[in-house]
Amino acid sequence: MQFLFKTAYNDDIRFLAKTGEKVRVSIVVIFLLAAPLFLQDYYLAELGLLLVYAIAGIGLMLLTGHTGQVSFGHAGFLGIGAYAHSVLLTVGFPFLLSILTSTAIAGLVGMALGRSASKMHGFYLAIATLAFGILIETLFGEWSSVTGGHMGYAVPALQVFGVPLTEVWQQYYVDLLFALFVVVGAANLFRSPTGRSFVAVRDSELSARCLGVNVEWVKIQSFGISAAITGLAGALLAHHLTYLAPDVFGVLESLKLLLMIVVGGLGTILGAILGAIVISLLPVGLSFLKGALPPAIGQTAGLEPLLFGMIIVLVIVFEPAGLYGRWMKIRFFFETFPYYRKSSFVRQKSYLKTERMR
Amino acid sequence: MLPLSDVVHLAITGVAQGCAYGLIALGFVLIYKATEVVNFAHGEFMMLGAFAVLTLSEALGWGFWSSFLVGCMAIAVVGYIVDAQIMRRIIGESQASIFILTVAFGFIFRALAGMIFGWNARSVDAPFDGKLVVGDMIEINYDRLIIIMATVIFVIAIRLFFRRTRFGVAMQAASQNQLAAYYMGIPVKRLVSATWAIGAFIAAAAGALLAPVTQVDTTIGFLGIKALAGAIVGGFGSIYGALLGCILIGIIEPFADYFLPGIKGVSAYVVMLLVLFVRPEGLIPQTYQKKV
Repeated sequence: MQFLFKTAYNDDIRFLAKTGEKVRVSIVVIFLLAAPLFLQDYYLAELGLLLVYAIAGIGLMLLTGHTGQVSFGHAGFLGIGAYAHSVLLTVGFPFLLSILTSTAIAGLVGMALGRSASKMHGFYLAIATLAFGILIETLFGEWSSVTGGHMGYAVPALQVFGVPLTEVWQQYYVDLLFALFVVVGAANLFRSPTGRSFVAVRDSELSARCLGVNVEWVKIQSFGISAAITGLAGALLAHHLTYLAPDVFGVLESLKLLLMIVVGGLGTILGAILGAIVISLLPVGLSFLKGALPPAIGQTAGLEPLLFGMIIVLVIVFEPAGLYGRWMKIRFFFETFPYYRKSSFVRQKSYLKTERMR
Repeated sequence: MLPLSDVVHLAITGVAQGCAYGLIALGFVLIYKATEVVNFAHGEFMMLGAFAVLTLSEALGWGFWSSFLVGCMAIAVVGYIVDAQIMRRIIGESQASIFILTVAFGFIFRALAGMIFGWNARSVDAPFDGKLVVGDMIEINYDRLIIIMATVIFVIAIRLFFRRTRFGVAMQAASQNQLAAYYMGIPVKRLVSATWAIGAFIAAAAGALLAPVTQVDTTIGFLGIKALAGAIVGGFGSIYGALLGCILIGIIEPFADYFLPGIKGVSAYVVMLLVLFVRPEGLIPQTYQKKV
């Protein structure tokens, strides 16, 4: 067991309070920085994609995990970011300006959606965002003079300050830079009043309102920041895809993002990253499983969605706090070594939380 | 402009389609009112119902109505088991988890249906051919007419059930306040599962009745999302509100497809978003602001 003795005011808001956390985070960061030295191009590209999805996951996590607003249409923001970035690059914007502008565009659209969503709650919000996602996908398909419609849209090559970055490792470092920026930024947000008010709104709108939090404005902010981060991920994703098509940003992609944060663990930044790892490893695991099973079962059409669905059901039923919750338990076991009991994390009896009375 | 006869024809088709949505939405609303869970797998119950009835009548050679009854009962059992075994465990979790869980059920059901019944679209021989013609304007196929009739019958049956039977009144009590109902000795858990069974039954019935109109394949469950949109337009809190919204969506859809081909297929969502922007609780709201 480790006790934290606070000797300064800063101890309350430090990013990494414990020595163990510092060690673990430094190991991961060093691994990520050094990855191009020992990883082959294919795996490096996958790692870059993972980082992009982690950014998108953090975007959605801000909204769903921390502010408690479910969004079924976040792939729409991913798409807005990707298309805006590609179109701006084609028009002739430099990379940095273009990525900032597309992030801002996604953020503004998010705030506009949040403006109306701030009055909704629960599943009204879920369905409204679902419809938003479907409509955005339709828009990408129909607005063919700008987005190329269903024919697709070729993404211009990655180029920063006139220097072409075509190698895999160069693109990887661009992704890593933005990923680190977003992770630190999100962690920073949650020790600021804005971030704390997000969590307050999630836990109880009524209490938050009583404490002087402007709930509507918080929701609009949360939508805006979340959409902006997801838009940034979309802009980076565009360079990975190299060819944009409307159906890439459909409902399935939104579900994938949501799956990511639920499996990872709602309400934690680490959860979004763990979820991104799962999402990246899942196809590999599934194809491995397909090979291992006898062909009569392994080759059946529909095996993948079946397993996909079963994994989600099992995770939510047996570990509602997601992988992060499991990680907490493992860590707790070692930190308090001989004192861990089965009842340390027993789930409390819970009753229906009604949303009809607000 | 359209000639009047076409307008009437589109409107009648729209009402029939709206009633189909309404029939699906009925189950959504029942389950929502009992548990505050929106069952995104509801469309899949409908798809399973269509397949079950189809298989019973094809493989066993039963008549349409007997296979209809047995098939719907089977899906009702599935609905009961889903709640009793899975949904009951996660009461009180965050809404996002619950939504994702029901969406995952949709995936599982779709995949299982594809594996068991095949991925190809199949058509159903309806026992009700022909159409009803009144005057020189109004004509409606029997298979669509029967959906409208079924909607009316189910709505009346559900109203009577909730008003007149002990079981129904207990369900209302449980939906208004679970804890209080529990203290009154009402077996809340079983009632909630029974509500799921009823919802699944209605969904399966909708699927079986829709089967002659559309073809049956694993994707017809997506109709459920449109039914959800319709229910939201009307307001999810009451059965009549949901039904009204669904019929509204059903009528608007064919006209929107005709006049605005750009948004073909998604007009229901456009209407829904517009309504939500103006009235965030739907046309007939059901939430109450808590006062401190």
